[in-house]
Amino acid sequence: MSNTHADTVLFVRDTMLPQQEPPASTVGALGWAKANLFSGWFNTTLTILSALFILYLLSGLVPWFASPTWYAASLTECREILAGHEGACWGVIRERWLQLMFGFYPSELYWRPVLALVLLFVAVAPVLFADYVPSKLLGFTALYPFIAVWLLWGGTIWAPVMALLGFVVAFFVFRYASKQISPALALIAGVIAALLWWMVITPAITPDLSRLLPIGIEAVQSRQFGGFMLSITIGVTAIMCSLPIGILLALGRQSDLVLVKAICVGFIEFIRGVPLITLLFVASTLLNIFMPPGTNFDIILRVMIMVTLFASAYMAEVIRGGLAALPKGQYEGADSLGLDYWQSQRLIIMPQALKISIPGIVSTFIGVFKDTTLVSIISMFDPLGLSNAIRADTAWNGVYWELFIFIGAVFFIFCFSMSRYSMYLERKLQTGHR
Amino acid sequence: MSDLAVDREVDRSQMKVSDEVAIDIVNMNKWYGSFHVLRDINLTVNRGERIVIAGPSGSGKSTMIRCINRLEEHQSGKIVVDGTELTSDLKNIDKVRSEVGMCFQHFNLFPHLTILENCTLAPIWVRKVPRKEAVDTAMYFLEKVKIPEQANKYPGQLSGGQQQRVAIARSLCMRPRIMLFDEPTSALDPEMIKEVLDTMIELAQEGMTMLCVTHEMGFARQVANRVIFMDQGQIVEQNEPEEFFNNPRSERTKLFLSQILGH
Repeated sequence: MSNTHADTVLFVRDTMLPQQEPPASTVGALGWAKANLFSGWFNTTLTILSALFILYLLSGLVPWFASPTWYAASLTECREILAGHEGACWGVIRERWLQLMFGFYPSELYWRPVLALVLLFVAVAPVLFADYVPSKLLGFTALYPFIAVWLLWGGTIWAPVMALLGFVVAFFVFRYASKQISPALALIAGVIAALLWWMVITPAITPDLSRLLPIGIEAVQSRQFGGFMLSITIGVTAIMCSLPIGILLALGRQSDLVLVKAICVGFIEFIRGVPLITLLFVASTLLNIFMPPGTNFDIILRVMIMVTLFASAYMAEVIRGGLAALPKGQYEGADSLGLDYWQSQRLIIMPQALKISIPGIVSTFIGVFKDTTLVSIISMFDPLGLSNAIRADTAWNGVYWELFIFIGAVFFIFCFSMSRYSMYLERKLQTGHR
Repeated sequence: MSDLAVDREVDRSQMKVSDEVAIDIVNMNKWYGSFHVLRDINLTVNRGERIVIAGPSGSGKSTMIRCINRLEEHQSGKIVVDGTELTSDLKNIDKVRSEVGMCFQHFNLFPHLTILENCTLAPIWVRKVPRKEAVDTAMYFLEKVKIPEQANKYPGQLSGGQQQRVAIARSLCMRPRIMLFDEPTSALDPEMIKEVLDTMIELAQEGMTMLCVTHEMGFARQVANRVIFMDQGQIVEQNEPEEFFNNPRSERTKLFLSQILGH
């Protein structure tokens, strides 16, 4: 009995098995198609039906898109060319695309926003592609906002220079003061110094400086801004500013300091509880009531501030989600090594929380960029506002699809690029496990 | 419980307890809300002591050692570490934390940094050591825990035992005078427990002051000079390891030992 038992249970492997290739029918394009398109009669039927449906759609869309109306000068001319067939009227895009891009910006100055856009790519390169671009360019990134403002609005060079000097003043006051008093107080001192610089010293000496050294380019009024230039100006500003503000708000919301926490929670909940359109109306009309009479507070600047605040509140909540996803052990690990609060936030917590939040952050960015079209309701000419203006021309009265498809396509290019970049970033930051 | 450490020769020649006090805890109490987790803790640790703290889960042993570097705040009593009293003064807390190393059950390595960066981060930012020197120190301690070849990997690519040894190296890079271990082997597979215990024994042989919450009774017998048994937030019994295991005095200790050593 015991012998039989040992015979059936005992097993000893003499040689280990070598690795083998998988069966040929499960690899390569054929294997993929078999697994994903034709696995079983039901999926095969679905595949064929879907293919037929796509073909049907294309057979309707392609002739419409491929209509030979590029050189038509009006909607009537389009109809003559098409002679009763259905088709798009692309002449409107050829004639008006510059206007959709630049609004009413003086056409002889188009090079300035174009240059500003090109420089934008140079400025963001060291931030977005830190692996490939030398970090020395970061200096240019810091200067870029001032260069861009000067290129877009023009006027005397002293306005952006004085604005930049305000930051320099704040920095030196902070550095000097932080040796004497606590960092928080030094920060407040720096902010006060900068505000004094901008509100007292700048208005006092800028006119004299511009008289003595009249360096400048032709000024352009904010009302002449429009099209994608306006969307990008507002969108990029809101995107760049909302991330740092959002981080501070998210940290403030977790703070032990009751006052800081209350202010952050109040701000976030208020902004999220109010539609962006309301805030834009406040920016365009109500804000003037609170300003001293005669102040000229630029309309685009007001809108930028409102959109930035709006985006920051959403950003704060997205980042709070990332913070909540971090295990408590990460805070304890940082604490146990003696890192102080700001060090552990900067070196340990934020890099991980932001990485977790990348999809949410980019969604917020995309949302903000598209929300810039809402400025059309306070009569600023974003691309959608311009499409109404174009239809007001008798030559193009009745053109809808072509304009919307063009505007949609341009927005899609920007938003899709952001989305792809975020996926690239997620892959790059992947380090095995959380 | 595994007695993996039993079969090892431990050289006790360098394990000398001096008269100098490293940690002094006097009448310390702590509450979580209204729950009294630590009750009247009195403990003096001299430099060079290796103390093992045992007890059932929820007995407050982890909370107690976490009070020593103020990961947990105590509400009454006094804790003095290396002559610095722990109060709400952030400067003192950061000073104590940079002198006291800590290893956690779940390692708490920073997953977004390489092994080397994990080890050099605190020396560079807290101690303001030049990068080159910090890297040399880190490589020295990574050699010591026997994983220098993993320096450029990320924590997620290492096994649990290797991660815990990195965590020990990371603490040692700050040149701490005291090391706290909070169940360092509880999350590890049996095969990996040994490599971590070996590292800890080596550390003890060099005379490090250690407080260790663990269920490794073999380690306690071989390395500790004192075993503390805690239950319900109180120190119930403390004694030299031989006496503690062979001749426990309190009924609670006897019950606990029979449960963990009985199989």
